[in-house]
Amino acid sequence: MKAFLMHKDRDFDLERELPPNEKALAQDLALPVLFEAMALDDEFLLEMAKRAVLSSLSDPESILYRQDILQDCLKNSSIVRDIYNVAVESIENRQKQWWATRYPSTIMFSAVEALKMFVGQLRKLRTIADEHADKFDSDGFARLFSMLIAELDDEYFTRIEEYLSELKMRKGMLMSAELGKGNKAVNFVLHKTLDKKQGMLERIFGRKPLAYSFRLSPRDEIGAKALSDLRDRGLNIVANVVAQSTDHILSFFQMLRTELAFYVGCLNLHEQLIQKREPVCLPVPAEPGRRKNSFRGLYDVCLALSVTQKVIGNDMNADQKDMVIITGANQGGKSTFLRSIGQAQLMMQAGMFVPAEFFCSEVCNGIFTHYRREEDNTMKSGKLDEELRRMSDIADDIKQNALVLFNESFAATYEKDGSEIARQVTTALVENEVRVFFVTHLYDFAHGLFDSKMRNAVFLRAERKADGTRTFKLPEGEPLRTSYGEDLYHKILTTLSPTPKLSAGK
Amino acid sequence: MSFPSILFAGPQDHTNGQPLDEPDFFGDLNLDQIVAAVTAGRDEYDLKPFFYFPLSRTDEIEYRHEVMQDLERGTLLELIKSFSQQMSTMREHLAQADGLYNMYQKEAWFLDAVEVYCDAVKCLEEGLLREAPRSQGFLAFHDYLVSYVQSDRFTVLLAETRKVRADLVAAKYCIFITGDGFKVRKYESEPDYSVDVEETFEKFKQGAVKDYRVTFPWWPQMNHIEAKILDFVVRLYPETFSNLDSYHAKNCNFVDEAILAFDREIQFYMAFLDHMAKLKRAGLKFCYPRVVNDSKEVYAHEGYDLALAHKLVSEGSSIVCNDFQLRDGERVVVVTGPNQGGKTTFARAFAQLHYLAALGCPIPGREARLFLFDFLFTHFGREEDIKTMRGKLEDDLVRIHAILNRATPNSIIVMNEIFTSTTLQDALFLSKKVMEKIREFDLLCVWVTFIDELAFFSEHIVSMISTVVPENPAQRTFKILREPAGGNSYAMTIAEKYRLTYETLKERIES
Repeated sequence: MKAFLMHKDRDFDLERELPPNEKALAQDLALPVLFEAMALDDEFLLEMAKRAVLSSLSDPESILYRQDILQDCLKNSSIVRDIYNVAVESIENRQKQWWATRYPSTIMFSAVEALKMFVGQLRKLRTIADEHADKFDSDGFARLFSMLIAELDDEYFTRIEEYLSELKMRKGMLMSAELGKGNKAVNFVLHKTLDKKQGMLERIFGRKPLAYSFRLSPRDEIGAKALSDLRDRGLNIVANVVAQSTDHILSFFQMLRTELAFYVGCLNLHEQLIQKREPVCLPVPAEPGRRKNSFRGLYDVCLALSVTQKVIGNDMNADQKDMVIITGANQGGKSTFLRSIGQAQLMMQAGMFVPAEFFCSEVCNGIFTHYRREEDNTMKSGKLDEELRRMSDIADDIKQNALVLFNESFAATYEKDGSEIARQVTTALVENEVRVFFVTHLYDFAHGLFDSKMRNAVFLRAERKADGTRTFKLPEGEPLRTSYGEDLYHKILTTLSPTPKLSAGK
Repeated sequence: MSFPSILFAGPQDHTNGQPLDEPDFFGDLNLDQIVAAVTAGRDEYDLKPFFYFPLSRTDEIEYRHEVMQDLERGTLLELIKSFSQQMSTMREHLAQADGLYNMYQKEAWFLDAVEVYCDAVKCLEEGLLREAPRSQGFLAFHDYLVSYVQSDRFTVLLAETRKVRADLVAAKYCIFITGDGFKVRKYESEPDYSVDVEETFEKFKQGAVKDYRVTFPWWPQMNHIEAKILDFVVRLYPETFSNLDSYHAKNCNFVDEAILAFDREIQFYMAFLDHMAKLKRAGLKFCYPRVVNDSKEVYAHEGYDLALAHKLVSEGSSIVCNDFQLRDGERVVVVTGPNQGGKTTFARAFAQLHYLAALGCPIPGREARLFLFDFLFTHFGREEDIKTMRGKLEDDLVRIHAILNRATPNSIIVMNEIFTSTTLQDALFLSKKVMEKIREFDLLCVWVTFIDELAFFSEHIVSMISTVVPENPAQRTFKILREPAGGNSYAMTIAEKYRLTYETLKERIES
């Protein structure tokens, strides 16, 4: 029994390795804030949010499969949460009930108790399916509900109930054995004690075969111990099978929880953004390589989650462009903008809604970030050396139609040299069909590209009004020689509290 | 048909029945250590007496060489190992049977023992056919084995064993346990309940799950409940168990004596090969020596002390090999030279090589021709023995006298620093007297001494010396070379190394 809510044709793989640059991605794009918003202090939800967001889907079809299911979830959030809770409750109950033991009879007892509990939980699932299946439209949920209805029919429940009563073996236990080493009994196999109506003993020994019986003397404690030991040996195999069966059911609930956890995380996030009246939309994924990237009102979801006021969104149309060069005023929203690009791309490729009024993008073949970092104090290498080493690591992994987000890279040297490196790196990437977003103060680099009038590049500039105030908008604009650092100097001088800035190491 | 022995070509050399003691020289030559190491882990076979019994004929030695070489070829060794393992298991089963009280338990273990034995015999017989050994010993044994396997004695045993086993396997039974007792009856093909349960819950399966089966402790005895159940099973299948009774009574001496003897004797070879293999892995060489009784022109290339080698290999260090060669009339090696230079080790190795050769074993070395002695004598300097009431010098003389009384021209003597308990002049005098006797008897001899003059006593003596690294005399090479005796023991360099020379010691004390 499979749920297949994360992928059309397979389980979500909790063991799958995350991309090697997951740490850099999380740090540069402030993803922990996003994960925590999805998880709401639930460790399992946190883990699933991380895994789902960081292991991107690679084609529009599988993204749309999740979007459909997500839409069902948004429409029926309480029902989805109910199903999820049944799974969580089952897992928790079982953990409470289970105890480690070396006696098959105790293993059996414990397993039968667990089965009873599971049967109750399975009935709940069945009831939800009966009552609400028609409210769901997605292929994923349709499949899940029809499976529950087909597999968990009344007949099946009756059969399990029978087992539960039989396995108690109130009337006695029938097993066969063979002569083993030293003529001691081996190969114990448990057999069904048949029909109660006929009287068990009569039925078992119905044809009156030759049989010998032995009754323990009430004071024979050693004998009683030996008999219970024998019973344990006889139960060993069946106790194992019953215990494994409870494990199977447990694993079914675990699977169900895994498949639903991501959507529950999405519901959590959705509720918080709606409460803040921030817009969200289901993005439009395009095939890799189509060079589609346009949006309206895209904002930094992590910033939105961290501040009380509404955040400012940006628009862009970079369709048919390979390169977006972002320059302009300090504190003008460049980093926030770059972060929102990365976040939205990852969220889209996880099948989520995105923080925008409209968002369309091609599916990337890997997302990489190259941000300027704090000086490291391990004395292993100089700063430029460190940056170039990270760039080289990215180059090891990068493929066609990947996306690289640069933030003030290669600035740890003379402007002329940094510009040259930046130019050579970006040119090489773009010519290898990698998309590039580059936030930079390197005038030589940015303006050089601008002068060459490349048709596949967009130049955005963080806006500054004449009085020095920032609008946090990034309209298209020619790179300038200044980034108005002087403004910042004045701003701090006048002790105004600066706008919160969600960036590592600044 | 009978088979004499895998160890002895003819019946006359048999050790059976005569308990042998460790020869006197075993301690001096560290042969006791070698034999202990070789036979370690094989106590059940009582192999030591075989190592106390050097052979006296070259054809007997050849007989063992052939067997040993067969075992070194191909996978015969593995075959014998598994045979021995099975025979050992058989003995364990029989011992188990002895240790139990319940008759039907005893008989079950007895049946197991016979099964293992029959299987061991058949595997060995088939295996030998496949391995096609070439030695007289193995060929004769295989012939014997083939005729034994075809004999009524064995075929009837095998058939009866199979029948009894099949009946026991078929004696399946059911136990119905209630709260305070149980019933036992024959099994009637009831289906396995676990299969049923498994199918019902299969649909939830997502992946592999834990194994909850409990491993129960097991012991051979039965408690009274188990005994009662067995008692009922005996009553349910009376014929099966009466057959088992008579089978047991009839076959109590089922093991063939010659096969039993083979199982023990072949261990002599297995033990030595095992020991050899360990040292070979460390890069040491072994060879089959030419063993002669008509010439005393003996030699060995890259020979070494097997006891020392074993010790050094276990410690992870390497051993120094040495050569010796006696030509024409040369009979005596006089070894002189620095302390701790390997002189005694060399003397021991000389004797060990000859002794191991006389056992028919490969010897530690690359190539050798060795003399088949009649007696081997050693005279190593000893602690004063209070019981003899003699002084050390006197004791030396008494022992030498005893040796020379018993020695024949075919004997070998090894002497190590004797006559040290007197002046040099006395020692030289006594040594010369003994040397004259040795010369007279034409004895093969290695003599370790600090008396350099002894090395020049006559042309039948070869002088060999322990050596040092020329640039650093404190460092020994452990090489013993054929060179004239020189008279420097390098004791001073050792003293310098430990800062015990006059000036240094004085300085140390003053400061």
